[in-house]
Amino acid sequence: MGSRRDARRGGVIWEVFRQERPGAAFQHGGSLEAPDRAFAEAYAREFYGRRNESVALWVVPREAILEVDEPYVADVFDRDYRRVDGYSLKTKLKEARERARTTAR
Amino acid sequence: MSAHAPPLAETLLAIADDELVLGWRDSEWTGIAPLLEEDVALSSIAQGEVGHARALYELVARERETTADELAFERRPEEYVSSPLVEFRLVPDWARTIARRYLYETADAIRIETLKGSDDADVAGLAAKIEREEAYHRLHAEMWAERLRDEPRFAAALEELWPYVLGLVEPGDRGELAHRIGREPQYAVERGAHDDGWPALWDEMTSVRRSIPGATW
Repeated sequence: MGSRRDARRGGVIWEVFRQERPGAAFQHGGSLEAPDRAFAEAYAREFYGRRNESVALWVVPREAILEVDEPYVADVFDRDYRRVDGYSLKTKLKEARERARTTAR
Repeated sequence: MSAHAPPLAETLLAIADDELVLGWRDSEWTGIAPLLEEDVALSSIAQGEVGHARALYELVARERETTADELAFERRPEEYVSSPLVEFRLVPDWARTIARRYLYETADAIRIETLKGSDDADVAGLAAKIEREEAYHRLHAEMWAERLRDEPRFAAALEELWPYVLGLVEPGDRGELAHRIGREPQYAVERGAHDDGWPALWDEMTSVRRSIPGATW
């Protein structure tokens, strides 16, 4: 996703987020090009609201979105005890069930 | 509505013809509008107008014991009562297209408001349904009119089309239309005479229906 505006064209790229049901999380619907907020609103309604597929829309200029390039925060120290991945409950659970069954008999 | 208002079915037929022909003309922009987004938006508005025409023709058809399709596609060209305003072929002139849309939608709002007050419950109900969609057509037209306001070509187009749009509404409503547009009321071009481009448009619009007369589609 680039934040640069194409100098040859007058339009701004807008990202549209749509809500399918009241209370549901907004999902990215797609993007559109429009010269200003009024046009962005009209086109968003046309593209993402016309068929009753959305109960609400958020329209955001792409430039307003802060893009984080490397969301992964590197582990520079050995602190893998903090990590919860790789700690499989599956085997432990199976053993516990086995034990419970034996005790019950 | 003026004291000498025409019978309801005649009024409905005139509005239906306007909507059908304008929908047709605006659909000529499909694939060639200045922006892809606008292409989709205008095409969908054009389709909306054809849908309104269909619903209005159905009300007229009930009274005249015919069908909406026959009214739309099986009359002789001289039997249509559309205004020359909607018959003008305006592609590829975007300024004139927007001027027409803006003037037309403003006049149409006045006509639909009158129909909403009709004693006929079907007519009033349909007018209320149409109005809900026309509100978006009007937003679109006003947004573009605002954007093109300072363009000399747009101002010239408004000047040129103004007498034609006055003819869309009853004489008693012309002052209100002038007020909403912000222009002086002046002589109106009444519906009756068609634009020179009308026969060719009619020919194409009805060509499929006429290609196999009497067919069940």
